[in-house]
Amino acid sequence: MGGRDVSAAGPEIPLHEEIDIRLRADASSRGPVLFAFGTALIWLLLGTVFGMIASLKLHWPDWLVHQGWLTFGRQRTAHLNTMIYGWASLAMVGTSLWVIPRLVHRELRWPRLATAGIAVWNVGLLVGFLLILGGRNDGLEWLEMDRYLADPLLVIGGGMVGITLLATLAAREVGHLYVSVWYVFGAFVWFPVIFIVGNWPTLRGVESGAANWFYAHNALGLWLTAVSLGAIYYFIPKVLGRPIYSYQLSLLGFWGLAFFYALNGMHHLIGGPLPTWMITTSIAASVLMVIPVLAVAVNHHMTMIGRFSALRYSPTLRFIVLGAISYTAVSLQGIFTSLREVNRITHFTHWTVAHSHVGVYAFVTFALFGSMYYIMPRMVRREWPSEGLIRWHFWLVLSGISMYVIALTLVGVWQGLALIDPMVPFQRSVEVTLPGLWARSFSGLLLTAGHLVFIWHYLKILRGPAPARKIPPLHEARPVLYTGDGEGGSS
Amino acid sequence: MTRVWLLVFGVVATVSFATIVLVGVPSVVLQQVFVPEALSPYSETELRGRQVYIANGCVYCHSQQLRDPTFTTDVLRGWGDRASYPSDYVYDAPHLLGTMRTGPDLINVGDRLPDRTWHLLHLYDPRSLVEWSIMPAYPYLFEEKAPGDVRPDDTVVPISGPRAPEGKVVVAKPDALALVDYLLSLRRSYPLPPEVGGPGPAASAGGAQEATSP
Repeated sequence: MGGRDVSAAGPEIPLHEEIDIRLRADASSRGPVLFAFGTALIWLLLGTVFGMIASLKLHWPDWLVHQGWLTFGRQRTAHLNTMIYGWASLAMVGTSLWVIPRLVHRELRWPRLATAGIAVWNVGLLVGFLLILGGRNDGLEWLEMDRYLADPLLVIGGGMVGITLLATLAAREVGHLYVSVWYVFGAFVWFPVIFIVGNWPTLRGVESGAANWFYAHNALGLWLTAVSLGAIYYFIPKVLGRPIYSYQLSLLGFWGLAFFYALNGMHHLIGGPLPTWMITTSIAASVLMVIPVLAVAVNHHMTMIGRFSALRYSPTLRFIVLGAISYTAVSLQGIFTSLREVNRITHFTHWTVAHSHVGVYAFVTFALFGSMYYIMPRMVRREWPSEGLIRWHFWLVLSGISMYVIALTLVGVWQGLALIDPMVPFQRSVEVTLPGLWARSFSGLLLTAGHLVFIWHYLKILRGPAPARKIPPLHEARPVLYTGDGEGGSS
Repeated sequence: MTRVWLLVFGVVATVSFATIVLVGVPSVVLQQVFVPEALSPYSETELRGRQVYIANGCVYCHSQQLRDPTFTTDVLRGWGDRASYPSDYVYDAPHLLGTMRTGPDLINVGDRLPDRTWHLLHLYDPRSLVEWSIMPAYPYLFEEKAPGDVRPDDTVVPISGPRAPEGKVVVAKPDALALVDYLLSLRRSYPLPPEVGGPGPAASAGGAQEATSP
């Protein structure tokens, strides 16, 4: 039932009309989607460079130390902010603007407002990013961008995009709202609320810490996760040509996330100087996350079951399914980490850094790569030019992030065990991490190479030759397994 | 789901509930936090140093919080005499609790390392003092001057050995001096009165046993 809007053609609408609706939807969102994706990739490239520099600096501490803007603390911060607010958020904006018209069978309303919103967001991010490098930041993790000069532009820009989505939703020509709509819509309501609360200027002391981690956790849970799950819910049934397994599980997964995830933030401060009830609330909510997480995992798995071989034929599905698996993995790991007995060891270590990269990279970024593989051919009306580049991209980033996560998780545990033992000098907790820090830099090279391959391929599809086919590629209307070969590049 | 209003109501309700529980209620409750007499507000220089600390991202490697001794060994490690409480942060805006210990905790660094010159040397070249350190060097917080150009009010950093610049002396810029002032102000080992560990919201933070037994 949940997959009704996604199946090849609803019983009520003849196929040619359905195709016509899609073509009009795609044409309406083309401008803002390409603008969002284009700027997202510029930020991805910048964020990659900053991440690489920050990683190298952890084992070469005397490298590039003579300018303030190159110091570790600013490079790391620039990396986080460009990746979250540049790459991930803008790629999510593009995906949202594309998917909502498709799901409500209407053209995107006011596409120019959306484009302007993306521009405003980019300006805000650029201001915040330059100020961070220049040594002006708000001092709160995930909220470093200047709350007066940069952040309002993100709220306004995001709001402009949100208004076009809401207007499109209001003009919908479908009765039922598909699960992806819930997530995308939720995200655009949640983001401004949590962002404003997180930036509230009058908070002091431990309250400031509480608001900080309320925001930072929800930036992942209610913004990045929400849109990425919306994309996953759209593309798995879409590519397979098979509806989502269970509407009830979709409901449970969504409302469970909305209710429990929002309360998780204080598990970043376990053992810290906050009232215990706050931390306990967050631990309890974290444990309860097992309900929506398993609901979503079972739902996706049962939709995929028997069709895993389709991963070979669809780059979209490869990235999307790995993203979905990573969502389950990162959530279960998060629940595990929020237990006090685990947290007393892993807190303050590289374990957490690895964990956040499972979330933002293996889950969110993979889901976004998968989305872009599907959306781009429909925006520029031509296929991805090279299967080889897709394979290189996939294997480079998959090996890169795997190595990253394994290395930092392991040294994180060693670091934690050294820190918890007062007989072990602090020096030891630094030394045990060094192999992991080197491995992380190496994995960073793999990720950088993967990103360069993808960006190169993106430029190729943008500038490619005139469309090879008159009819847009709509083979997704049929189950991938039954199509011939040669179409793997576009689904 | 077919109704947009239900979706709107639901998503607004869940996030509002979480905001009230984790931000709203605490900010009301924590207004009654006990202000320790031993803790003085930051001086102007210390506040400037705090901004230098923020600008250069010290918080990404250094925490400023000690957890309950019944829970971890932060205190046994010698980072302070007791766990941290909300009262220790009444003058902190924004908070700098931190989430990483790539470097040691700093909540009592002013007690542990009270020597100003040590800090200046350490900021200029961490490995000259701590061989295994992976802390970045911060030479941009200092300037190199010809010995003749040094003014009487300059703070000369006594660099020696192979890393000393040839024929020049190293002088701390105001940012470095302010940062060290801030670091030296981080002393949160004063005893807290038992009532902080008694009734009220601060009581439950970090464990009551610690606060009630001096």
